[in-house]
Amino acid sequence: KKCRGCVGIRRCYCFTLGVDERRVDSRTIYVGHRACSATEAFIPAKFCDNRIVSSKYTVWNFLPKNLFEQFRRIANFYFLIIFLVQVIVDTPTSPVTSGLPLFFVITVTAIKQGYEDWLRHKADNEVNKYPVTVLENGCRIRKESEKIKVGDVVEVEEDETFPCDLILLQSSRDDGTCFVTTASLDGESNHKTHYTVPDTEKDLESLYAAIECEQPQPDLYKFVGRMHIDRNNQEPAVRSLGPENLLLKGATLKNTQKICGVAVYTGMETKMALNYQGKSQKRSAVEKSINAFLLVYLCILVSKALVCTTLKYVWQSEPGQDEPWYNEKTQREKDTNRYLKMFTDFLSFMVLFNFIIPVSMYVTVEMQKFLGSFFITWDKDFFDPEIKEGALVNTSDLNEELGQVEYVFTDKTGTLTQNNMEFIECCIDGFQYKYRDASSELDGFSESWQGGCCGEKEELFLRALCLCHTVQVDGLGVDGEVIHPPQEQRGFIASSPDEVALVKGAMRYGFTFLGLESKSMKILNRNNDIELYELLHVLNFDPVRRRMSVIVRSKSGDTLLFCKGADSSIFPRVRQEEVERIRMNVERNATEGYRTLCVAYKILSAEEYAQADAGLREARLALQDREERLMTVYNQVETGMSLIGATAVEDRLQEEAAETMEALQGAGIKVWVLTGDKMETAKSTCYACRLFQRNTELLELTVRTLEDGQPSREQRLHDLLVEYHKKAVQDAPPVKAGVTRSWSSAGHDYGFIIDGATLSMVLNSSSESNSNSYKNLFLQICQNCTSVLCCRMAPLQKAQIVKLVKNSKGSPITLSIGDGANDVSMILEAHVGIGIKGKEGRQAVRNSDYAIPKLKHLKKLLLAHGHLYYVRIAHLVQYFFYKNLCFILPQFLYQFFCGYSQQPLYDAAYLTMYNICFTSMPILAYSLLEQHICMEVLLDNAPLYREIAKNAMLRWGPFVYWTFLGVFHGLLFFFGVRFLFSNPALQDNGQVFGNWSYGTIVFTVLVFTVTLKLALDTRHWTWINHFVIWGSLAFYVFFSFFWGGIIWPFLRQQRLYFVFANMLSSVSAWLVIILLILLSLLPEILLVVFRKPRGPHARQVQLNHTQTHTHTHTHTLILSAPLFSSCL
Amino acid sequence: MMASSYNAKEEDGHHSGASSHGGAGAVKSKKPDNTAFKQQRLPAWQPILTAGTVLPAFFVIGLIFIPIGIGLFVSSNNIKEFEIDYTGVGESSPCHSCAKNFSWNSTTPCLCSVDFTLEQPFESNVFMYYGLSNFYQNHRRYVKSRDDSQLNGDRSALTSPSKECEPYRTSEGLPIAPCGAIANSLFNDTLELYHIDANGTSNSIPLVKKGIAWWTDKHVKFRNPGGNGNLTVAFQGTNKPVNWRRPVYELDPSDSENNGFINEDFIVWMRTAALPTFRKLYRIIQKKPSSTPTLPSGKYVLNITYNYPVLSFDGRKRMILSTISWMGGKNPFLGIAYITVGSICFFLGVVLLIIHHKYDTRNNSADIPN
Repeated sequence: KKCRGCVGIRRCYCFTLGVDERRVDSRTIYVGHRACSATEAFIPAKFCDNRIVSSKYTVWNFLPKNLFEQFRRIANFYFLIIFLVQVIVDTPTSPVTSGLPLFFVITVTAIKQGYEDWLRHKADNEVNKYPVTVLENGCRIRKESEKIKVGDVVEVEEDETFPCDLILLQSSRDDGTCFVTTASLDGESNHKTHYTVPDTEKDLESLYAAIECEQPQPDLYKFVGRMHIDRNNQEPAVRSLGPENLLLKGATLKNTQKICGVAVYTGMETKMALNYQGKSQKRSAVEKSINAFLLVYLCILVSKALVCTTLKYVWQSEPGQDEPWYNEKTQREKDTNRYLKMFTDFLSFMVLFNFIIPVSMYVTVEMQKFLGSFFITWDKDFFDPEIKEGALVNTSDLNEELGQVEYVFTDKTGTLTQNNMEFIECCIDGFQYKYRDASSELDGFSESWQGGCCGEKEELFLRALCLCHTVQVDGLGVDGEVIHPPQEQRGFIASSPDEVALVKGAMRYGFTFLGLESKSMKILNRNNDIELYELLHVLNFDPVRRRMSVIVRSKSGDTLLFCKGADSSIFPRVRQEEVERIRMNVERNATEGYRTLCVAYKILSAEEYAQADAGLREARLALQDREERLMTVYNQVETGMSLIGATAVEDRLQEEAAETMEALQGAGIKVWVLTGDKMETAKSTCYACRLFQRNTELLELTVRTLEDGQPSREQRLHDLLVEYHKKAVQDAPPVKAGVTRSWSSAGHDYGFIIDGATLSMVLNSSSESNSNSYKNLFLQICQNCTSVLCCRMAPLQKAQIVKLVKNSKGSPITLSIGDGANDVSMILEAHVGIGIKGKEGRQAVRNSDYAIPKLKHLKKLLLAHGHLYYVRIAHLVQYFFYKNLCFILPQFLYQFFCGYSQQPLYDAAYLTMYNICFTSMPILAYSLLEQHICMEVLLDNAPLYREIAKNAMLRWGPFVYWTFLGVFHGLLFFFGVRFLFSNPALQDNGQVFGNWSYGTIVFTVLVFTVTLKLALDTRHWTWINHFVIWGSLAFYVFFSFFWGGIIWPFLRQQRLYFVFANMLSSVSAWLVIILLILLSLLPEILLVVFRKPRGPHARQVQLNHTQTHTHTHTHTLILSAPLFSSCL
Repeated sequence: MMASSYNAKEEDGHHSGASSHGGAGAVKSKKPDNTAFKQQRLPAWQPILTAGTVLPAFFVIGLIFIPIGIGLFVSSNNIKEFEIDYTGVGESSPCHSCAKNFSWNSTTPCLCSVDFTLEQPFESNVFMYYGLSNFYQNHRRYVKSRDDSQLNGDRSALTSPSKECEPYRTSEGLPIAPCGAIANSLFNDTLELYHIDANGTSNSIPLVKKGIAWWTDKHVKFRNPGGNGNLTVAFQGTNKPVNWRRPVYELDPSDSENNGFINEDFIVWMRTAALPTFRKLYRIIQKKPSSTPTLPSGKYVLNITYNYPVLSFDGRKRMILSTISWMGGKNPFLGIAYITVGSICFFLGVVLLIIHHKYDTRNNSADIPN
């Protein structure tokens, strides 16, 4: 933290004083702390040490800091205030009643957080105390990792992780490379090659160099810097440094005996540490509902207190009531100012009724979420035998949100499809080659040979496939000796599965890529000869250019550039007559759902190469705008190529992708596909996933439709939007909310297609007013379409769309699912982000809220887990408010009978224990185990998901119902006992009961009713439910006996001494308890009976699988509607 | 204390389960256990409340409640209760002058007697209550104004009573025993009952003052300081409550066992009433061994030593004679409630039966087309 601060200060400094930015935005590091030039004074710059601090607390600041953080939560603060009021003001209940629960909550939370922090401390120490070898003045010194300073030369051995970010200076490998794996950083398990700084001395001791590099920034794949090497009295040599020279902390050295590097970023400034920053907290809709209800209850609380205070003073104004002779005030009371007295009276009432807002609800909700999320991790249906992993829960705050999803935004590649590429066919110079059978191997290629022309072209094409990539060969030994393994077993590792598919494809046709050795690529050609190509430059792939190139020099001395990329990015850069021959094939392949790539090449003349080489080197050395400059050079080089051919690679659909999508649509969820892929490919995937059906009418809004006819694109866009809006929104039959919407209506199903370019036109239209109306039109159209396909999306546009929908009318709950780094933005943007543990690294998983191995698991996650979690927590919340309302209402009513004196009805022990012990466990068990409809039925009947859509169980309707129930019960309890006590002689020996007996009877009825009410709501009785429900009641009885059975020395008043036992000896008390319990549950039982058709019906559906979904749905409606009307 | 340990145990069960399984989950590539609990497949009883299952329950409840209600109602009606207000508000009432001329300082007790007639004889044990109205024994300031450890015989509490007893904690520099507003306002009217037989002579009816307080209160909760030795010595250094005429150890001159804190009238008073209108047990009239009723019908006289002022706060005083049944004193509420609820259940049962019948046929007809 300290060093972050100093960076910040330095930045401020430069902004305010306008100091040369370059100096401040970069840092200078002297290798081995040796100043390179005598002229420049060696000022050891202050950088932070290499200590990683992920812990929040130390032993000393734990208590104050943790308490401060806990009391920042509004609920805890409220209870603290209540507690303080109780301590200061003379209040009816002792501070213990609210202090004890608060103390319990705070302690449990503090212990949990302390334990977590202790674990973090342990992990930190493990990293910080790890021994490393540092070269200092020629000696190898063992140090603890935390003592590494910027500028130290560190030695790392094979299979060790790098202790900080290092610039690679020396490697034990001859070619100055080393291999690392960044599995723990981004999940890519392939070995990446990193390079030493070229032309540095072998002897590190005599190396005098300064490294100038940018200040730390979190992007793992970006690094710019340069190294000034001081040779004795010569002009310092300058070398550029890029990400390929930087070894990141957390990565592991592989296949290399040892390396030496100089530390550039340490401790909290390493890229790893910068990347582990907290994500923004997502809040669920349920929490918003809780807060709204809380507000209502707060109002009830305040108004109750106000009513009581007012009535108290009205009542006291009558003569003789305020201070009768038998009940004189104390001197202090008499002296108190009248208005101050009023105020403290108000506070006293607040304290008396404050149990209506239960501290335990927060604990129970937290516990339910925390424990509940384990069921997702434990679910064996989420276990994928391939990657040997199950689901992962990164946050437990959003469990219930899974049951509320209205929009699913899914990525295509790797999510809907497997991202498991297979080379299907290629097209060379207009001729189509199809790979037929795996067994026919080479022959397949020869047989499909159609034209008599140009075998040379064919070979060129295959060479291009073999050379133009960044694939590595697995099993490449340290010494580089490769024994040719059987072809099938050869493993390739690459960051993009397309490349592997292409290399494998080429292999099948006889050209095998053997690997990269000391900058030359080895190819085994058809005649089993080895060809060597010197790799001069790699023009990396990036999503903007959508292509990549290599420049190689063949044995014969020709310099060749091979380029492969998307058709749209290649076609403009090749000769047009070549394009025509291939375009048809490419488009046909695309409509069949294949991924197509075009391959082009170019022979570079010596001058051309020299120019390109110079340009590339210069751009790579640039400290500023390196990316842009490189891009310009790339674009200059990659022109005037000639097209060789195109490839088609199949990306298979994920298992059960179609079934999953169908289920989601059946559940009333709208599925939007957001992909960077081509429209044709994406469209075919959508058809394959049954997102678009045969009868779906597609509304296209793409660059192609915009270019039809009309002179101005803007105009055309406007026309189309209006036309589609008319079709999809205005002419569509009026759509009713949620359940009643017919989802397989014979009417029109619309699908909407838009591409990135058009989307940006819609969103960033030139005029402000248009922009808004376009946005609205667009949203309305989309919301009336069953599915929407957005293709050619940039990652940021994906997030834009999610945001657009998220903020639209009714603020629907959105869910994003994706597997790649390009999905991270939308995963973070959506209410719920789901990562697929796919092949494109772990970034999506790391940023997600939940991670699942396969798309098919989404169905169970939403339809079963989400549904159940929602029902559970909704019931939990409503129940908690209900049980506290009927707990406190009798106490409120009692004020009318005790002269508004704030006399509590219940004993302090009952007040305290009610929420903690007597009624907490059953609801917790319920909220963890309840399955009102069993999982199989939920999975088989997607429409059930609609029943809880739009926060159905936590809207004002159900809330009012529960509140009325609470009021009804409260009134019943109080007045039932009140009428009984019109003659307090309730025992058969004529003895009378007092006020504590009154309270105990009410409380007994209350505990039993509230628990039995939950028992009535429980549809799924496991032994745990039985144990906890009956156990709670038994515990209450046991506790009451125990509490009243002993004269407690620490109590000032023995109020409950034998009260409970005496109560049980009275037949009347028994009879009234039974009567009141039954009477309060009677309406509930009636409602359950009349509401019933849904439950057993759902089970019935399971038996009659033949019934169609539509039928069961309407069926349910018919049955339940008349019954409801007949009973209410 | 028990409670929290119980709670902790419950949670421990959850937590330990959670953490151990969490640990297992942390070891990646380990397949989740296929246990019923983790897969949410615990065997479960899934009760379905339908009209079919609830119907019999309604009838059964109806059939049980109605007889109970009738039983309650009848026994409540059989209880004889007689109530007479002797506050003396009206000009004509015999205690009017006592009520009007009440003064805290008067040394001579004011006596008055009320005549009344019992129309029906009272059989078995008869319980005599005094009732107060508009007397807020449940006022918070009042309820807490006591010191239970003093009443339990605690010596230190005897000499330094709890602060809750203010302003009835000390008088004249000495601690008050028993302290507090409740004790201070002890009901101190004396009631005596005479039967006027046919020839005009009045016979005193023996009133038993034992067994009017809860047994546990009398024997455990209330203790005299220093056992039951010499109470005068035990209470030395304390003062009587300001409104009392006699110190606590002279509450019952007739029975030395009934003095001090364990005086039953005092114990009964110390159990604060739930509502501002209440009754407290005063005396028991034991039934006679012979077959004659305890209180035969006829004329009676209630002699009152009028010590307790209630008019200042608009209160009322009553004397109640009542017999007792198995359900306690006379209270028609329970019987009526039981009969009503029973009938409602029965009625609902009938309605449900009709609906159920209709619903069934409709259900069948709806299912047939499938």
